[in-house]
Amino acid sequence: MKALKLGAVRVPIILSVLTLITLWLAVAAPSGITTIQVNSNANSTGAAGEAFRFANITAITAQSAWISFGLTAIVTALAWWFSLTARKPSRWLSIGFGVIFVFNILISLFNGQTMTITALLHGSLSLAVPLVFGSLAGVLSERVGLVNIAIEGQLLAGAFVSALVATLVQNPWAGLVGALVAGAFVSWLLAVFAIRYVVDQIIIGVVLNVLIVGLTNFMFSTFMSSNQALFNSPPRMPSIDVPGLSQIPVLGPVFFSQSPIVYLMYFAVAGVWFALYKTRWGLRLRAVGEYPKAADTVGIKVYATRYRSVMIGGALAGLGGAFFTLGQSLAFGKEMTNGAGYIALAALIFGRWNPVYAAFAGLLFGFAENLQYSLSTVGSNVPSDFLLMLPYVLTVVLVAGLVGKVTGPAAAGKAYIKS
Amino acid sequence: MKLELRGITKRFGSLVANENVSLLVQPGEIHCLLGENGAGKSTLMNVLYGLYHADAGEILLDDKVVNFAGPGDAMAAGIGMVHQHFMLIPVFTVAENVILGHEPTKFGGVLDMAAARVKVREISDQFGFDLDPDAIVGDLPVGVQQRVEIVKALISNAQILIFDEPTAVLTPQETDELMAIMKALRERGTAIVFITHKLREVKEVADKITVLRLGKVVGEASPQESANELASMMVGRAVDLEIVKEPAKLGDASFVVSGLSALSHNGTKVLDDVSFEIHKGEILVIAGVQGNGQTELTEAILGLQYKATGSIKLNGEELLGKRVKQVLDMGVGFVPEDRTEDGLVADFTIAENLMLDRADRKPFVSGLNLRLAYLREFATKLVQQYDVRTQSIETKAGKLSGGNQQKVVLARELSRELKLFVASQPTRGLDVGSIEFVHEQIVKTRNSGLPVLIVATELDEAVQLGDRIAVMYRGKIVGIVPSTTPRQVLGQMMAGISA
Repeated sequence: MKALKLGAVRVPIILSVLTLITLWLAVAAPSGITTIQVNSNANSTGAAGEAFRFANITAITAQSAWISFGLTAIVTALAWWFSLTARKPSRWLSIGFGVIFVFNILISLFNGQTMTITALLHGSLSLAVPLVFGSLAGVLSERVGLVNIAIEGQLLAGAFVSALVATLVQNPWAGLVGALVAGAFVSWLLAVFAIRYVVDQIIIGVVLNVLIVGLTNFMFSTFMSSNQALFNSPPRMPSIDVPGLSQIPVLGPVFFSQSPIVYLMYFAVAGVWFALYKTRWGLRLRAVGEYPKAADTVGIKVYATRYRSVMIGGALAGLGGAFFTLGQSLAFGKEMTNGAGYIALAALIFGRWNPVYAAFAGLLFGFAENLQYSLSTVGSNVPSDFLLMLPYVLTVVLVAGLVGKVTGPAAAGKAYIKS
Repeated sequence: MKLELRGITKRFGSLVANENVSLLVQPGEIHCLLGENGAGKSTLMNVLYGLYHADAGEILLDDKVVNFAGPGDAMAAGIGMVHQHFMLIPVFTVAENVILGHEPTKFGGVLDMAAARVKVREISDQFGFDLDPDAIVGDLPVGVQQRVEIVKALISNAQILIFDEPTAVLTPQETDELMAIMKALRERGTAIVFITHKLREVKEVADKITVLRLGKVVGEASPQESANELASMMVGRAVDLEIVKEPAKLGDASFVVSGLSALSHNGTKVLDDVSFEIHKGEILVIAGVQGNGQTELTEAILGLQYKATGSIKLNGEELLGKRVKQVLDMGVGFVPEDRTEDGLVADFTIAENLMLDRADRKPFVSGLNLRLAYLREFATKLVQQYDVRTQSIETKAGKLSGGNQQKVVLARELSRELKLFVASQPTRGLDVGSIEFVHEQIVKTRNSGLPVLIVATELDEAVQLGDRIAVMYRGKIVGIVPSTTPRQVLGQMMAGISA
């Protein structure tokens, strides 16, 4: 018999391990009942779409854990069967498995409590918005050959400038424009140092992050915090109900009754994807990121392409930063991005440098982060440190197990020096 | 279109790469630019293609002076280039690579891939290339990738085509096919500049030959001249391309490889049941197109392929499974294919490089100290013996010319007490003078009664140097034949057809 290659059975092996975890969850399941509430309470997310209400579902935790185990075992068996008959297990198998697995974990975690689905999704989306914008900035930058560690700085600059400008002009939209400019400016700095002065891209990225933290902290303490009314009370950016779409049961209010910045995000993800893969602009951009000399020899201006793409990315990250302040009608606070830029970087790699995948990765990380907040508010007995760890464990398992070998743009991180 | 270069001069700092070079190429003519590595051929073409800016001189197309700010201008003017290192993006499809830089678009910059596919098929069919526009370039064999390069150059309707050392990566068959393509292009009236240092190819296709040496035009020649005369023009002195070697005096088969197999990191077989033996006083050449397992074979001998299976025996002792240091101590001399990466430490001095393999033992150390006085004496002696042209043994190895670097590697490897000598592409990228020296040393080593294993990618070298030739293809030995075997047969073997 031909020896099996490890690569061919990687997916079923991972699924088997995870199935064992579901078995453990079932065996160790506490006796208790989890209440699943589909819609949130009428007063929390606004009235749109709430006309349609589902009855609450109660599930016996142990029972549902056994059912999940059964389902995951079936999917795993299917994956083995596919692999052993030398076929590729469909991606839908992995996705289906993931949904069952995550749902099972949720029910176990919420044992004895009420889990509100719309609230979970709504919170996830809010936390995901900066991550998605940040990962788009990463996509545009790395696809053209510049490693963008400075996403954190771009988000923070966007958050600070948007709060300041919106307060001064007393117009949230002006704040949004300010955020675009701020993000683009930070990435312009990155580009100048990396391209013109050939500074190591990782180093300059880290330096910029530290610089922006210091700069915003300094300005915050010197004039902003002492004079909140004058400099740091951005007006609210009203949320908009999209006619029709916001009426969709459950999902409508979550996704289509939102801040305008969220709608900008939808367009940005679709737009970046289309531009990258379907236009001349995107083909040239990717060529520069893969093999700048080849691009140069067909007359593409390597440096100009890099500056342009990195700055557009930075502007998008600025929007993500603005969501911290304008999107959630909050004042600017010291280091309020709190590492979102680095998570965005992880989302970018997990999403294989593809804007759509990166956006889903951002949503996933947002979901994991939100879970921690939700569980601590309902008073779950799972240690919060464990929950803090969750997004990162998820990254490691998913990237190593299901995504497999990831190759970024070949020229990312390398300076191109014209002779 | 007629191309004329007048008095082109290009300097890099104090180095004059091209000095007052003039060239005239007529439409429908294959004009060979012949010269050694470093003679300034590629620099000249990069000036023509707009990649470099000339310090003096002018470029004329159909008697009109043109100025190129970049390759885009050169392409727009009708100049195309098939680069030595392909300017192709491995993760892009054939069509994407071909259209890059002048993409057909619909409204608003949206790519029109359907039009791109049609264009690729059109040009590809004209020359019988049979290219699939949707194939990923990185998955294609090198010969096919080169055809993508050619289509890419032709798609902007190039009237002048530059081929920069196009045959370096091809099998003899692919080379013949390329020659046919060049002739077909000539029939269409394209002016072709063909850069090479391989005399056989020059004599086959050239209409005119311009010889460059040290950045200057040393003269024009006709393809009727003999190879030795052309070589003399290239080098600037009389050279004899023949390797003089007396018949082999064979001893017993002291080096025996049997059933050697190895997997690459992604699980494909890079060595597949390789078996051969080499007698004392014999040179066995491993011939084949680069990337068919030769590198892995030499690595396995040296102990760098940890997962190889089978057996490698030197004088009855097993080498497989031993560490590199043990293998070297058993008397294996090794010249790696990439001397700047694997053969030398570029930032170390010549003297330090000469003791790299024995810096841990007497007489180079006493106690914890290096004996620098002894090292100086040792290095000075070797530098003289191997004719390394340097001002001092303290010169950094990276500053030496390729030929002198290779002499340092040879000096180090041959100055140990050897029982086997292995050299991988020992003359790659060297000038003719250094090639002669390296060949002499190899033949001398063989005459001293050692088994010698040489990896060669150029057929001429394989035939002249080898007592026997083993041809490798996709990790297998296709056959082991005497060096008197006709080139055509060897060529077929290199494409995987056993003799």
